[in-house]
Amino acid sequence: MTEKSTITLTINGHDHAIAVEPRRTLVDAIREDCGQTGTHIGCEHGICGACTVIVDGEPVRSCLMFAVQAEGKAIRTVEGLAAGDTLHPMQQAFIDHHGLQCGFCTPGFLMLAVGVLEREPDISDDDLIDVLSSNLCRCTGYQNIIKAVRAAAAEMRK
Amino acid sequence: MKPAAFIRHVPKTLDEALKVLSDVAPDDGRVLAGGQSLVPIMAFRLAKPAHLVDINEVEGLQHIACDGKTLSIGARVRHAAFHKPVVDGPLGALLSYVARHIAHYPIRMRGTFCGSLAHADPSSEWCLVSATLGATMVVKSTRGERRIAAADFFEGIMSTALAEDELLAEVRLPLLAADTKFGFYEFSRRAGDFAMASSLVTYRLAGGKIADARVGVGGAEPSPRRIAEAEAALNGNAPGEDHFRAAAAAAADAVEPLEDHQTTGEYRRDLVRAVVHRALEHSI
Repeated sequence: MTEKSTITLTINGHDHAIAVEPRRTLVDAIREDCGQTGTHIGCEHGICGACTVIVDGEPVRSCLMFAVQAEGKAIRTVEGLAAGDTLHPMQQAFIDHHGLQCGFCTPGFLMLAVGVLEREPDISDDDLIDVLSSNLCRCTGYQNIIKAVRAAAAEMRK
Repeated sequence: MKPAAFIRHVPKTLDEALKVLSDVAPDDGRVLAGGQSLVPIMAFRLAKPAHLVDINEVEGLQHIACDGKTLSIGARVRHAAFHKPVVDGPLGALLSYVARHIAHYPIRMRGTFCGSLAHADPSSEWCLVSATLGATMVVKSTRGERRIAAADFFEGIMSTALAEDELLAEVRLPLLAADTKFGFYEFSRRAGDFAMASSLVTYRLAGGKIADARVGVGGAEPSPRRIAEAEAALNGNAPGEDHFRAAAAAAADAVEPLEDHQTTGEYRRDLVRAVVHRALEHSI
């Protein structure tokens, strides 16, 4: 009744031909079918933001999309941020400002922050705090994440 | 935490969507728009639809249109479309202000205005806006089209006047007069959580006195609604602390508050007083 359909997901510019049921969430397909395990799964119901990826330029919860809905769209995950050995300014800023401890939430925060700043480079500090309330971090207390994202925002505007 | 199996339908036209919805509705078919409420409910297996009619590729539902009297919002319009005002004047500003309170940024990228109305969570910001401003729902099925006033649309917690084969294709909001003042406030324990109570107020000033007051309350009762007692406490009076306080008290007296695991009815009644008062304070 719910046969697998063959689709192609384009993740960080690479095509992955996979066969999935309609109920397969995008995050499960990214991790289990495409082997890209940088994207983490936390709550699986849209609360924690650990699975945030960028789909056609929009930061979204990949646990709240089905993989079949992402066919033909440009998916970006944390694996695609660095250029070779050069970290993305957001990644470097998280290191410089101690924006992570255990690191579980970090891929989601990076994709959220990069996705929003690419859409709204001149976003205000207040709005940025509202954006960063989207994702859960249980280690840092957020202050260092805010510092990191503000620093990266300044760097990305250059 | 994985959704149950379903069959996905991906219509490209509205006619095709209505046809397939009519075919699968008796077999527990549902409409999938943004999925930001439906998919979590499916993950919890609280909903196990056998069919999903995915309308994300249907042409002709992406419009935000204004004819000078009414703002029309198609079924595929996402919350994030309202981050910046979509129309000049107070309605655009109101929608933009309220939109920022809906869940979180990534949710607003996907979730839709019409989907929120069809889902009819008591805490929904767009349901409160629609009830307060008097929206008209444009509902379509293979049987034809009908229009439903917001006051007749919401029928309780996650319950609406939509029949199972009907699609909420568009919502129409009346434009607000250029001199309309508005205020909105919602209370939740954490940023982005479902509001435990919320209020939207609008009014105009005629000779320094409040006229055409609308006081909406959401999150406190099974459906958002206007509170006539609070509006009566405002109309004909000058805006200011005394009358704002009276209107907030009237709203608190008028509601029959929901109770749940985190709030007693009396606590929520007190929240209603607070949110109406703060919405009025924000209106100045």
